[in-house]
Amino acid sequence: MSAITDERRPDDASAPDDFPPSGGGEGRDALLQMNNPHRARAIKDVVARVVMWTCFFLAIVPLVWILWTVISKGIHLLGEMQWWTGNQRNINSDDAGGGARHAIEGTLQMVAVTAVIAVPIGIFTAVYLVEYGRGKLAKAISFTVDILSGVPSIVAALFIYAVWVTTFGLSRSGFAAALALVLLMIPVVVRSTEEMLKLVPNELREAAYALGVPKWVTVVKVVLRTAFSGIITGVLLGVARVMGETAPLLILAPYTKNFQRDLFAGNFPTLPMMINQDRGDFALATAAERMWAAALTLIILVLLLNIIGRVIAYFGSVKK
Amino acid sequence: MSSVTGVSAVDELPGPDGGHPLEGDRASTGRLGDRLFGGVATLSGVIVIVLVTLIAIFLIVQAIPALANNSANFFTSRVWAPGGEEPAFGILEFLWTTVTASTLAMLISVPVGVGVALFITQYAPPWLTRPAAALVDLLAAVPSIVYGLWGLITFSPFFKPFQSFMESALGWFPLFSPTGISGGTIFFIGIVLAIMVLPIVTALSREVFEQTPIAHKEGALALGATKWEMIRTAVLPFGRPGVISASMLALGRALGETIAVTFLVSALADGSPWTWSLFNGGETFASKIANNAAEFSNPSKTGAFIAAGLVLFVLTFVVNSIARVVIERRKAFTE
Repeated sequence: MSAITDERRPDDASAPDDFPPSGGGEGRDALLQMNNPHRARAIKDVVARVVMWTCFFLAIVPLVWILWTVISKGIHLLGEMQWWTGNQRNINSDDAGGGARHAIEGTLQMVAVTAVIAVPIGIFTAVYLVEYGRGKLAKAISFTVDILSGVPSIVAALFIYAVWVTTFGLSRSGFAAALALVLLMIPVVVRSTEEMLKLVPNELREAAYALGVPKWVTVVKVVLRTAFSGIITGVLLGVARVMGETAPLLILAPYTKNFQRDLFAGNFPTLPMMINQDRGDFALATAAERMWAAALTLIILVLLLNIIGRVIAYFGSVKK
Repeated sequence: MSSVTGVSAVDELPGPDGGHPLEGDRASTGRLGDRLFGGVATLSGVIVIVLVTLIAIFLIVQAIPALANNSANFFTSRVWAPGGEEPAFGILEFLWTTVTASTLAMLISVPVGVGVALFITQYAPPWLTRPAAALVDLLAAVPSIVYGLWGLITFSPFFKPFQSFMESALGWFPLFSPTGISGGTIFFIGIVLAIMVLPIVTALSREVFEQTPIAHKEGALALGATKWEMIRTAVLPFGRPGVISASMLALGRALGETIAVTFLVSALADGSPWTWSLFNGGETFASKIANNAAEFSNPSKTGAFIAAGLVLFVLTFVVNSIARVVIERRKAFTE
């Protein structure tokens, strides 16, 4: 009986009027002080708070650890001019020296070609989904974009291999790898462009229509122009995503230590493959140093793209 | 949209009056320019459909001859000898390693990822919200090859004592029985995968948690709920479909992760005995294919690897479809 008549229960009508509002920190503190059956609730609340903070720090630990590892082990070589000008020709795993210019140029060239193919397809698909498509075809396209975004990079590479090498009898090359990267980049561009186009207020479209502007001019000059910065951001994030992909290169673009600007010439130098090359001999100090430096260079390129993309998004975002 | 997941759980934004005025093709004037532009847009969309269909067709067509010549059972054999006169190959070992490592990654990353998302949306002080979200996104920007290097060279020495401890304390349990392998065990790969997919779980969960109707939250608080009770009764039920689809997308990513796993795995010797232990080695689908990229010499050998790739494709297809269905149902529910 005593529990029922306990006047300190908060749901009891006889509770004092100045009982602090429950919820958030104050409510919890009040419950803690009361030393009543609700104390367990307050303890749970504190435990939950501690768990959430712990989760956050748990997620940050690997990030800091990884960045620290790569920076501390790789920064040394990046300070040398040779790293930015030379290649790895005639340099064995146990030799020091050489540069990564061939791989940096190769990676940039490959993702540029990838972007040139993937961006128009991606943007036009997004335009279709937002401006034109309703009904079954739009649903099917939207679904396949999701499926494509879930296709593992190794499967995309196998597919290109099955088409390019097995079916057409062409040799492995940088271009074949770029085609596999196209498959991985399209869904990123479609989804980000789609979001941006949806943010464009309908009033802008209606105003254009009211002036008698044809739909396609409206899309090009009003919708796409309004969403321009957001689309650029999406493209840059997409490029950043495919830049670090290694699996397609492993299958489609064997590494070379030389400069190579011809995407169709067979072996092609890229940063991920340079890392992979030196990984085989990471017990040797020279190879390990080169490997970490290449990894740091790759991270710097990816982060630069991310940062530029976010800065553009920040300054050019569509105001709701 | 989340730049990390490439997928959005956000509902379509309706026009100002809730409808879609002049939507679809009705605004088109039917002029040449309009038909051309609309045609190109439609074509692009159709190209995407065709590409995905072609992926399936090419993998199936090139896997069939190899499968027809296979003298072992494809699903239950552990042998992998696709070359020679009598090719024999089965995927049992890859299937087990891939699924267990990915499941383990989910068991770790979903609770932690949801915790991080709740931290960012509910607990973090306002000045920390944006930097915290950016830090977690940064984790997604790190290329997977770097995770591989870090796991292989920096992280694994720290893991070995932990594994020996688990083996000596829990070795009687089949999942933790010692195998003598100390490098890239399934358990270790699962942990690295968990770190890699954590940002995906967090990004999408965060997006749905942020959309919890303020009235639900205030209602819970007004009824005397503590913050945790508010989260449990208002935020989590609202976000559940988002969390489920986020987990599925992350699972899809973990199943197909290639280069990091390739760096970490310790391949098993031929004929090594079967064990349920998580401290065993073994290749995943992706690592097996990647490790043997140089061996794609003759069609029957290549066909065997393409068959393995096909199974991986089907696995991720199913997982991603589930994610998609869950998102769709949530949209239907909230509209």
